[in-house]
Amino acid sequence: MTGFDELPTGARVVVAMSGGVDSAVAAALAKRRGLDVVGITLQLYDHGAAVGRKGACCAGQDIYDARRVADQLQIPHYVLDFEERFRKTVINDFADSYAQGRTPIPCVRCNQRIKFGDLFAIADDLGAAALVTGHYARRLPGPELHRAVDASRDQTYFLAQTTPAQLERLRFPLGALLKREVRRLADELGLKVAAKPESRDICFVPSGHYSEVVRRLRPDAAEPGPIVDVDGREVGTHGGLANYTVGQRRGLGVATGQPLYVLGLERERRAVVVGPKRALVVPAFRVNEVNQLVAHDALVGPVEVKHRAHEAAVAARLEPDSDGIRVVLGEPGFGIAPGQACVVYSGSRVLAGGFIDHVETARPVAQPASA
Amino acid sequence: MHEALDAGGNPSAVHASGRRAKRHLEDAREMVADVAGTCPDRVVFTSGGTEANALALHGRRVLASAVEHPAVLRHPHTLGERLPVDAAGCVRVEAVARMVVATGADTVAVMAANNETGVIQPLAAVRDALPEGVNLHVDAVQVPGRLDLAPLVAQADSLALSSHKVGGPAGAGALILAPGFEPVLLIAGGGQERGLRGGTENVPAAAGFAAALTAIDANEIARVRELRSRLEAGLRALVANLVVLGDGAPRLINTLAVTAPGWRAERLLMALDLAGVAVSSGAACSSGTVKRSHVLEAMGVCDDLIDGMLRFSLGWSTIEADIDEALARIAPILGRRRAA
Repeated sequence: MTGFDELPTGARVVVAMSGGVDSAVAAALAKRRGLDVVGITLQLYDHGAAVGRKGACCAGQDIYDARRVADQLQIPHYVLDFEERFRKTVINDFADSYAQGRTPIPCVRCNQRIKFGDLFAIADDLGAAALVTGHYARRLPGPELHRAVDASRDQTYFLAQTTPAQLERLRFPLGALLKREVRRLADELGLKVAAKPESRDICFVPSGHYSEVVRRLRPDAAEPGPIVDVDGREVGTHGGLANYTVGQRRGLGVATGQPLYVLGLERERRAVVVGPKRALVVPAFRVNEVNQLVAHDALVGPVEVKHRAHEAAVAARLEPDSDGIRVVLGEPGFGIAPGQACVVYSGSRVLAGGFIDHVETARPVAQPASA
Repeated sequence: MHEALDAGGNPSAVHASGRRAKRHLEDAREMVADVAGTCPDRVVFTSGGTEANALALHGRRVLASAVEHPAVLRHPHTLGERLPVDAAGCVRVEAVARMVVATGADTVAVMAANNETGVIQPLAAVRDALPEGVNLHVDAVQVPGRLDLAPLVAQADSLALSSHKVGGPAGAGALILAPGFEPVLLIAGGGQERGLRGGTENVPAAAGFAAALTAIDANEIARVRELRSRLEAGLRALVANLVVLGDGAPRLINTLAVTAPGWRAERLLMALDLAGVAVSSGAACSSGTVKRSHVLEAMGVCDDLIDGMLRFSLGWSTIEADIDEALARIAPILGRRRAA
């Protein structure tokens, strides 16, 4: 079994167990490999509050499932209360970003700050040699970060903020497996979560209605404002910036004879800027908070970039400077939103990751203020 | 007791097996009453300490101390106002009369000793401070075998006990009632427990509880206290700025709650558990996470120190070598934190 390179038998590892099937299989594989496995589950949010039920003290089914799997594997398992930390570093950041007219990507923040920030500190406390997760990604000696073998499951887009030092101590045992192989392993091992359905996009928004969460945390993001066209003419009103993302077509409630798209969100005027699809064209954008996994020189040359979670990487050229990277797309892109993550690949290898800060358009549209 | 475990039978039934069960139940009741220094008819068996507390508080207007167990604090008839404690964790006796009047409480709940810090409450002084006609309920689940029960029973209108806290089976407990005190019915049923608690009695559990309660050897108290001192001294030697919670107040002999600046209890608990040292923190939440201790908050301990609270509990089976072994395993873990 690959995925546990450079770890001697008996070495202690911490496995981040979410309660889902992937991390359960990761823990089982670590155990089978003869490692001294400690399972940890972070209670990230109050499940009762998230689903609108009062008085629930626990995070619900996922923590229960993680504990039952740990019992089954006969590994020690601990649940840590990260509610306050998660609220401060991930949920509030998510709501603030929306209120600023950006399109945040909370899973990247969570991996960056909670999973690979705080969990490493805990692994240190426990004298663990490595941190194991159920992510679909490959870590190769070097260390290098590569896409998962199962392209449809690849999670490197969410992992590109992982620093070389963190990567050195991370292991992703599922990176070389197909999802159906993982399910089959869970079945063979008789894991209690083998048949559990896939988790949702954003864990703390169980209903899928993220704008409700944003409205609750940042009421200003739910205040109405004008809908304006590219010439600045008011063409309607909207019910809060939180309801819109760049590239969105539905839900504008404005009829002008041609399909309108959200081009940008202006925090100052609290305006939603709309226009035709061609105005969404983006030839280039800037990326900041860059995490580099290769030397600076290796960034120059033809690369691919992925600027949305659910879209394929596209050819691009990079112009790195001291504050970040200017990304020039080979073919202009559509609907690229500030706040989204941008990941740079060369083949399967991740070279760098960052956050889209400033979008260059063929037309003059005011940009949201930098966070 | 073994006989009680083997015997089936409904103690309310007329037939022979029922009579046998009844005999075991009443034997158990006499044993508990003996230890508590009261009459058997003042002992009501329950499913545990939580139910004993609930039966005592049900239907009343309860003013509880801020350091009570959640079984008391979260009881629906417990008021939002709390009797304050001082920095050592002792109830502020001078506040009792004033708060009873201000809240209109008819019952005051003060535990005999705290489950987190081991601090022993000044029950006699609380009793003296109570206005006429106000009942005193005492949650005493922590104290059997560590304090003499009879003097506590003498102060209380109702007093809750738990079986598993004295090494008996879980799922048994008792409420001891002062003469003249009648609880408000919580569980209606077939007239069991003199009509005070419905439901067929759990005879084996009651018998096990009674056996455990009477098996306590009072001579062991001094030995355990000595071991606790050894542990305390050992920890102080390891951690220069160790804070012993409840230091300065009388404490139960088997409990040692400590903290230090920069400690994070939930992390230390994991490392200690992996090293084979079973330690607790504040009250454990049912999800397994460590929740912030309301007891330490009530004592005015600063946040940083609350987050580091570790609680060591010594049992009757603990010996000197166990203490030394625990200290040897604790030392590198506290050392690892310093190096980190």
